[in-house]
Amino acid sequence: METYTLMRHFADSWGLVAMMVFFLGVVAFIFRPGAKNAAHQAAFIPLKED
Amino acid sequence: MKYTFEMIVLGVGAFLALVGAGFAQDRLFGAHMWVLFFVLLGGTILLLQRIEFRPAIAGAAPRQSEYFDEVVKYGVIATVFWGVVGFLVGVVAALQLAFPDLNVEPWFNFGRVRPLHTSAVIFAFGGNALIATSFYVVQRTSRARLFGGNLGWFVFWGYQLFIVLAATGYLLGITQSREYAEPEWYVDLWLTIVWVAYLIAFLGTILVRKEPHIYVANWFYLAFIVTIAMLHIVNNLAVPVSFFGSKSYSAFSGVQDALTQWWYGHNAVGFFLTAGFLAMMYYFIPKQVNRPVYSYRLSIIHFWALIFMYIWAGPHHLHYTALPDWAQTLGMVFSVMLWMPSWGGMINGLMTLSGAWDKVRTDPIVRMMVMSVAFYGMATFEGPMMSIKTVNSLSHYTDWTIGHVHSGALGWNGLITFGAIYYLVPKLWNRERLYSMRMVNWHFWLATLGIVVYAAVMWVAGIQQGLMWREYDDQGFLVYSFAESVAAMFPYYVLRAAGGGLFLAGALLMAFNVTMTILGRVRDEAPILGATPLPQPAE
Repeated sequence: METYTLMRHFADSWGLVAMMVFFLGVVAFIFRPGAKNAAHQAAFIPLKED
Repeated sequence: MKYTFEMIVLGVGAFLALVGAGFAQDRLFGAHMWVLFFVLLGGTILLLQRIEFRPAIAGAAPRQSEYFDEVVKYGVIATVFWGVVGFLVGVVAALQLAFPDLNVEPWFNFGRVRPLHTSAVIFAFGGNALIATSFYVVQRTSRARLFGGNLGWFVFWGYQLFIVLAATGYLLGITQSREYAEPEWYVDLWLTIVWVAYLIAFLGTILVRKEPHIYVANWFYLAFIVTIAMLHIVNNLAVPVSFFGSKSYSAFSGVQDALTQWWYGHNAVGFFLTAGFLAMMYYFIPKQVNRPVYSYRLSIIHFWALIFMYIWAGPHHLHYTALPDWAQTLGMVFSVMLWMPSWGGMINGLMTLSGAWDKVRTDPIVRMMVMSVAFYGMATFEGPMMSIKTVNSLSHYTDWTIGHVHSGALGWNGLITFGAIYYLVPKLWNRERLYSMRMVNWHFWLATLGIVVYAAVMWVAGIQQGLMWREYDDQGFLVYSFAESVAAMFPYYVLRAAGGGLFLAGALLMAFNVTMTILGRVRDEAPILGATPLPQPAE
């Protein structure tokens, strides 16, 4: 198969799936139990000191 | 201080530039190498003058404060300087369009002044702002000194050398004619070296951090540095005609070349002018209003969604061209989807003020930052709309595009940078406050009014242009010749220059205010109404 066609097929099949899974994983990770407290702590990092 | 190593490197560099000038295959390369020679020679002489011959007292090692702020100070001054230069060149370019007699051949015609303007504002003003603030923010939020010792100095001065070479190259007529990537191969190679050093200094600081969590601003800065490295290298893949010549040929041709260029061009907007400046938003707005960001989790989603989508939006610059239809539609769809993370980020920035909205009234710096985020919202709404093919068929190649770019660049990038500078200067130079808060207020109104005039005028001009180009009579002939549509633009071009002039006036006020603050002066003035601090609730 031509390189272009090969890459094109990969991009709109497994490539797309991998990126969607990664992205949804990130979102799920952000909303995991206990994340709210961790995020609250992190938000104060710039205000801690100069 | 002894700068033995630095002097040797500069001296050898100057010698190599001289060799380059001697063996030059074309006149332009020779001229450019002479410029480089004199710049490096000047640098060497400057270092020679700074040598101290007094013997170093044992045990009196140079005092090192916790943070490496000297380079940030230089960066802030460079940002203000290049900002004023870039805006001034912009006003000149605007006037050249209205009054073609101002084209001074050959060095200052519009074709050379225009890339000088775009590179000066994006890379010199914006780039210095990004480097300076990233060095400042990464040290504070990592609670660690900048990694790599004097690497920070190399990044700063190396970047200034890149700017000087790029700018003089444009005026001499050296260009590879890729938008926002005009410098030729040897300047590109130099920028690559500087950028790798920048990545090492920044990433190294994150790696040696004492704060367990990497604050979201650093994620945005890192995405900006890494992506710009990738974009810069791929888009500038080229074969020079000679190693002593200024001309090179792109590794790509035809539509691949066009797509590579706009993949670069749009992501320069997405990662240079958006991700990097969002990092500034996520640090300086919380600092200035003394409140944490509205939703930290939203900022993480903002980050990932933005970088996952922006990278695909480039093809919308090539609607109705030889680019395959599916690629055009892909670019359009991703641009429209980008609206969501962009507005998520805008809401996050604005809502950081919840409970402190009175500061918009009492603190001109906060007002500037809020206006900046508002312009971010407006520009990221307008952009997706313009990427829709049917809208694009009217807006493309017209001044509407120019108006859109400037509401983003002047409004979002400009105002957030000014806000960051006003925050940084008293902090870096240990001043109680700025020389004048009222001047900040003046700057705010001059800049805002300038942008509004500019953007509104360009909407009218662009839509009129687009409509004139597509107007057919009942016989199927075009009603207007192209020259007629150009002549019709005259009043708009004059007004555009006026809007740019207002923006430039504001920047001059800032330069004065910053200079006076650095000199330690305080202007005797009435405080801004209501600016007395209110009692803060206990945390």
